[in-house]
Amino acid sequence: MTENMISPADPAAQRETGRPLTGTLAAIRPRFERRRPRWQRMLSGLSPKLAVGLGIIIAIALFGVLGPMLLGNPLSIRDIGRTPPSSEFWLGTTQTGQDIFAQMAHATRGSLFIGVVVGVLAMLLSVIFGVIGSYVGGWLDESFSLFTNVMLVIPALPLIIVISSYVADKSILMLAVILAITSWAASARVLRSVTLSLRSRDYVAAARVTGERQWRIIGVEILPNLVPVLASQFVLAVIFAILGEAGLSYLGLGASGALTWGTMLFQAQNGFALTLGSWWWFVPPGLMIAVLGGALSLVNFAIDEIIDPRLRTASLDKNKKRAARRLRASTKAGVTV
Amino acid sequence: MTADSLLSVNNYNIVYQVETPVHAVRDVSFELGRGEILGLAGESGCGKTTLAYGINRLLRPPAEITDGSAIFHDQSGIDVDINALSVAELRRYRWDKVSMVFQGAMNALNPVINIQKQMTDIFSTHRPEMSKSERIEECADLLDLIGVGRDRLRSFSHELSGGMRQRVMIAMALALKPQLMIMDEPTTALDVLVQRDILQEISELRHKFGFSVIFITHDLPLLLEISDRIAIMLKGEIVEYNTPEQIYRNAGHEYTDKLLHSFPSLTGERGGFVRSGAASALSSEATR
Amino acid sequence: MNYLARKISFYVVALWAALTLNFLIPRLLPGNPVEILIQKLAARGPITPELRNSVELLLGDTSNDPILVQYWSYLTGIFSGDFGVSITYYPQPVVEIIAQALPWTIVMIGIGTIIAFLVGITLGMLAGWKRGSWLDNLVPVTTMFQAVPYFWLALILLYVSAVQFKIFPVSGGYSYTGAGPSWDWDFISSAIYYGTLPALTIVISSFGGWLLGMRNMMVSTLSEDYIVTAEAKGLRPTRIMMAYAARNAILPSVAGFAISLGFVVSGSIVTEQVFSYPGVGSTLLQAVNNNDYSLMQGLFLVITLTVLGANLIVDLLYTVIDPRTRARS
Repeated sequence: MTENMISPADPAAQRETGRPLTGTLAAIRPRFERRRPRWQRMLSGLSPKLAVGLGIIIAIALFGVLGPMLLGNPLSIRDIGRTPPSSEFWLGTTQTGQDIFAQMAHATRGSLFIGVVVGVLAMLLSVIFGVIGSYVGGWLDESFSLFTNVMLVIPALPLIIVISSYVADKSILMLAVILAITSWAASARVLRSVTLSLRSRDYVAAARVTGERQWRIIGVEILPNLVPVLASQFVLAVIFAILGEAGLSYLGLGASGALTWGTMLFQAQNGFALTLGSWWWFVPPGLMIAVLGGALSLVNFAIDEIIDPRLRTASLDKNKKRAARRLRASTKAGVTV
Repeated sequence: MTADSLLSVNNYNIVYQVETPVHAVRDVSFELGRGEILGLAGESGCGKTTLAYGINRLLRPPAEITDGSAIFHDQSGIDVDINALSVAELRRYRWDKVSMVFQGAMNALNPVINIQKQMTDIFSTHRPEMSKSERIEECADLLDLIGVGRDRLRSFSHELSGGMRQRVMIAMALALKPQLMIMDEPTTALDVLVQRDILQEISELRHKFGFSVIFITHDLPLLLEISDRIAIMLKGEIVEYNTPEQIYRNAGHEYTDKLLHSFPSLTGERGGFVRSGAASALSSEATR
Repeated sequence: MNYLARKISFYVVALWAALTLNFLIPRLLPGNPVEILIQKLAARGPITPELRNSVELLLGDTSNDPILVQYWSYLTGIFSGDFGVSITYYPQPVVEIIAQALPWTIVMIGIGTIIAFLVGITLGMLAGWKRGSWLDNLVPVTTMFQAVPYFWLALILLYVSAVQFKIFPVSGGYSYTGAGPSWDWDFISSAIYYGTLPALTIVISSFGGWLLGMRNMMVSTLSEDYIVTAEAKGLRPTRIMMAYAARNAILPSVAGFAISLGFVVSGSIVTEQVFSYPGVGSTLLQAVNNNDYSLMQGLFLVITLTVLGANLIVDLLYTVIDPRTRARS
């Protein structure tokens, strides 16, 4: 964060003067020019948002991976129905006496699995329709873009509901495919506009003129610059998938035999958890979705700020303090500015 | 300097308070006489625009005026210390005393509201006593005056050519009959013919209304022809401050020399290309 | 082609795509909806040839007509308003059921969306205007609401305010003890009372998205030249914020309305289920649970068309607020 305050790609200075970078800083800038790829700056400048977000995600993922191995069978029935949280059952039990904490561990695994699979599939689709179309251009771009926009205005969940009502027995993978084909359009549109702008950049044009090979231009000039955008779109796709699966499962249209946060809520609903006041049953799954979703959006914020440093919320006081600190340090070292 | 001074700038310093603070303007002093044209020349990034923004207190953080003063000697005889103005006073001072014509004529106009609204809001802010119809009439007259024509009042900026947009900017700058107009590369993005027309226009207007101009450009030959006095900036400092003749005949700083010779000349003689028409019009005006 | 003509032709294509999708889904996916439906209908009453015909037009033909002939009959059927007969509400035609459910959803989601939009845009404008203020630092928090599933938030709201404190009714769209739907104050006030909680769910879960988009656009707009011009002109800060910054910053939010509306509609379908709200969402789920395919297809089509219509309206509005779209070419 401290290192990248002034870097060539950083329009911070532009923001501050409110004009394009033709003014003062431009001339002095070259002294600071140390062009590092974005991902490197991303790692060196691990912002608090990114750190907190990643921390939560890792914790939840560990719970989903290790939990099921350590905790008991989530489906075993006991004769202690609907008991509130206790030292034995941390999150209480369902109406058939199943351990909700153990269920949470398995459900976390299931929901994360869906999220990641859908995220990957949706990314593939959006790269095909967003990046390739706009890079090739011409009628292919036109038709891909039209298709994307049409998919965008058709509301996803009704479509998912209709499709999944015909597919009676769904595996968790089948569900992932349905979610992926209904959710790629928004990120395809974002990727398209970014690719279009990258394609028209001078250095890409220069590479073309000097006869660089196509795959090299895509691989070396375009894709690396797309990485932050791809990352941010992947994060969004995961959020969407987890929310979508939860909604669908809550409605009883989820994958058969799977255990996810959504199916837990479905069971809670059917077990009258709400009207009987068993909050420990319906609160935790939704809270997990919210917390994971929040952590993912934090990561997304951090990525967005890497893409566009103007969006940082850092207050000006902080900037000043940092500047003052640097000033002291540099005078101590005998550096004249 | 002269008895009839409009603006005195003394030991002005502006620093960009970033990681490694950047001293963009250092110890700048100059004096601008009433009705004078001061040319401010220098390469991109030398601090000339920052200085101009600073005088109007338009800088945003992290840019900060760290030292120095700018005193505006108002017609009424009152001296205004610009740096000491409160927020409300500053708002009243802006445009009424000092107006600006910006570099980016392309973006200086709001793209989604029409010219009339952008012009009338000057009057509704600074001349609240004017009625709505008076405001509109005044704006229409200004557009006529500047050669855009009153039928363009309802136009949007994308419907105007680059030259027209710059004229609209100048019309706006004239609205309150300010005593000083700061022009930041007003003709840079325009083609040579339009550039000539606009310089001619500015010259005539100045003759008519008698305002002073701070004219910022990297085009020193142009300044030689239109200015009463020229300041040359290098890395935030004024390295040369003199009359055009002196600068042309015996430049005191080697950088001035460099700037003078960095412009191509078709005839072999400096500045003797294309724009001579407008330039001579202006220079005859300038030397009065 | 100018902006308006391009937009309208796009919606024609989208309309065609929605109709075609609706035609293809029951035919391409596994299962035999026609048989299931006919069997269910037979249990309720006699199957007239007309009834059989309309079911086949919607869901797939058993008479082996070429697909294009089926497609044509399907389109003519749709345009004459024939969506078949519902099993759930036998023998009511699907069109009638949709006509009853649609106003509930449009009014409730409509009001919820408009309030969320206004709240989000206003707060986003203020947060972007004063970057680094307390409001701006709350932005990440408000957008966390977006990650909360609509229906779960609905469950919590329901639990707290209806089950625990009994401030709001647990379910339904209006008080069933009074007279049925009519235009008197009793009915309208009870509809508002019953609709508040579902609408509140939509507002809380969706305003964060508008807020973030607006805030980020405000930040980029503030570095435009015309903002500096406005400042140099000595305009009042509120005038600069409204007429110069926000006026420009709002454009992408309006242009991107389609994406957000899709999310809101999806979220509200599940929300309606939580509140047993008598709108298209809960009707759709009822249809799904009863294998009421004609009703389901009809609802899907109507929901999609309504979303298309809302987007068309917003796009028309966009031509009003962005003069550049009206440019003569």
